[in-house]
Amino acid sequence: MRHEQIETNSGLLIALTLVVISIGGLVEIVPLFYIEETIEEVEGVRPYTPLELLGKDIYQREGCYLCHSQMIRPFRDEWLRYGHYSLAAESRYDHPFQWGSKRTGPDLARLGGKYSDAWHVQHLTAPRSVVPESIMPNYPWLLENDLDYSDVADRMRALRKVGVPYSATDEGYRANVERHGPELADQLDIAQAEDSLLAQAKSANFDGLAGRITEMEALVAYLQVLGTMVDFSQYDEGYFAEFR
Amino acid sequence: MSDQNKVKPTAPAVQTTGHAWDGDLQEYNNPLPRWWLWSFYGTVVFAVLYWFMFPAWPVGDGWTRGVTTASVIEQGQTVDRPWNTRYQLIAEMQTGDAALRQRAYAEQISSASFQEILDNPEMMAFARSVGRGLFGDNCAACHGSGGQGVVGLFPNLADDAWLWGGTPERIHETLIQGRNGYMPAFGGVLNPSQLTDVSEYVLSLSGLTQPGEAVEPGREIFQGPIGGCYTCHTPEGTGLQSLGSANLTDAIWTLVDLPAEASTEAKRDALSAFIAKGVQGNRVMPGWSDRLSPTDLKLLAVYTHQLGGGQ
Ligand code: HEC
Ligand code: HEC
Ligand code: HEC
Repeated sequence: MRHEQIETNSGLLIALTLVVISIGGLVEIVPLFYIEETIEEVEGVRPYTPLELLGKDIYQREGCYLCHSQMIRPFRDEWLRYGHYSLAAESRYDHPFQWGSKRTGPDLARLGGKYSDAWHVQHLTAPRSVVPESIMPNYPWLLENDLDYSDVADRMRALRKVGVPYSATDEGYRANVERHGPELADQLDIAQAEDSLLAQAKSANFDGLAGRITEMEALVAYLQVLGTMVDFSQYDEGYFAEFR
Repeated sequence: MSDQNKVKPTAPAVQTTGHAWDGDLQEYNNPLPRWWLWSFYGTVVFAVLYWFMFPAWPVGDGWTRGVTTASVIEQGQTVDRPWNTRYQLIAEMQTGDAALRQRAYAEQISSASFQEILDNPEMMAFARSVGRGLFGDNCAACHGSGGQGVVGLFPNLADDAWLWGGTPERIHETLIQGRNGYMPAFGGVLNPSQLTDVSEYVLSLSGLTQPGEAVEPGREIFQGPIGGCYTCHTPEGTGLQSLGSANLTDAIWTLVDLPAEASTEAKRDALSAFIAKGVQGNRVMPGWSDRLSPTDLKLLAVYTHQLGGGQ
């Protein structure tokens, strides 16, 4: 009897169970790769600059995502609190994406520009010095540790392998010039990674410390760009709804 | 003996699956309870209906959109669009109950002058409840949930000392364009004893020390070309709202935490240390016109005004 063969052979049972439960997942996930509207067509979304990229890596290292989501859902209350709902396009260069669903603290998807750099530095070092009610941990070492940027080009190369358009060739560079202009194209060029990281840190000085580049520098650079790439005033309200 | 393991011969004839393990271990094959079975069929029917009503199946490079619609207003026309969460959100923001009620108030607010709003209890009640939420989401991180601020970092909005002005109009302007106070660092201009002198004089401006002989050297620095403090803080020391230069004659301190220092000497040292550093670019009040709507900004100006110290 067939039934009995399956039930008495645990290897076969496991294999067949896996086949059955993966069908649901495959039906939901696979079409997203070939349905064109999955990622909205929108201007402005670009890969992170080398400094922002290291900031994102620190964000992941410190586990900020355990308390903070980066995904504003299309509900009225979220719109009123955080701003425009997140687009798939906005996290197209995030590997891994930081959507999350745990909100011990507020969503950070539209954080860029909301607070000053000085506030971020103060808040990350000692949250309760500015928000007495806060339960967020202190991250004092961000200001103590110098940023290790020796491997930033490797990190960009790795991301390039999974489709992030950092340029490694003249052709890629020219494509970035066309898409984002020469200034950004320089920052997205792997060969110039360290130089552009140093230049951005020097001109913006996110950590407020002259002459030093700390981990805080990178993290605040990343936080200040979150959700600022798309200019929503360019689009009708209905435009993004057409993609769903 | 393990009698329990055996199917009792007297038990009513229950079907078993027919399998036996370990020789005599068998499995009943009881029918499912009827309510359970019908609930299950119900979910199957629900799923099929759902496929027709809502976006569901991938087909080619698109998907079935379903027959449910959301009514949205596009260029003044009400049109039906295939339902999805984004169209539903648009419909809710345009014609939802809460949105309509809120809009009625918002329109009233946006066409009223600040004085009219302050005089109208109903509009004030609205400004207070919406303002509280807006303030909590956007301002409390710096100014504190009650607007009390943090000495040295973010000014108190609940007291009646204002750097840039406490009328609703001035607060509104602060919110729209942001503010960034600037005071030069005097550490390289004045030597330590001059810093002490000018601090001594500043203490006397608000009555923390007695004016007299002792403050004369400091007065010269403050009022003369060496310090030039008077150009920003005025000769009286009351400050200029156009520059956001603090009033030095009141008992309210926004940057130097004088009340925390016990002795006059400690207060003077804290002042010297501050005057040596000044304020350069890092005390930023962001501008909000890109993030918040004009009505929200107006509501917040009124809300901030009524926190305690509005002028
Ligand atoms: C234990 C949970 C927790 C962790 C981990 C955590 N946070 Fe927070 N965070 C909070 C809470 C709660 C708040 C709200 C109170 C406050 O502002 O401090 C907050 C607020 C914030 C805000 C202000 C958001 C706003 O819009 O007001 C920022 C920015 C932020 N966190 C960044 C970070 C970063 C960056 C990290 C990682 C280095 C991090 N957080 C880790 C809990 C956490
Ligand atoms: C990043 C921190 C930060 C946030 C967020 C912030 N402010 Fe400020 N605000 C400041 C600082 C710093 C100043 C003082 C600027 C100066 O004098 O140089 C200030 C000044 C002000 C003033 C002028 C006070 C005076 O004495 O004249 C008002 C009014 C004000 N803020 C209201 C608000 C409101 C309302 C919000 C929310 C929409 C807000 N602020 C959000 C940092 C912040
Ligand atoms: C270029 C204009 C300018 C000059 C010159 C200037 N100040 Fe200021 N001062 C300011 C501003 C603006 C602030 C408030 C900064 C802020 O809130 O961001 C301030 C703040 C202060 C404070 C802090 C007040 C408080 O409430 O904590 C003191 C004390 C002070 N100034 C003393 C002096 C003295 C003494 C001199 C001369 C040696 C001087 N200032 C010269 C613009 C000036």
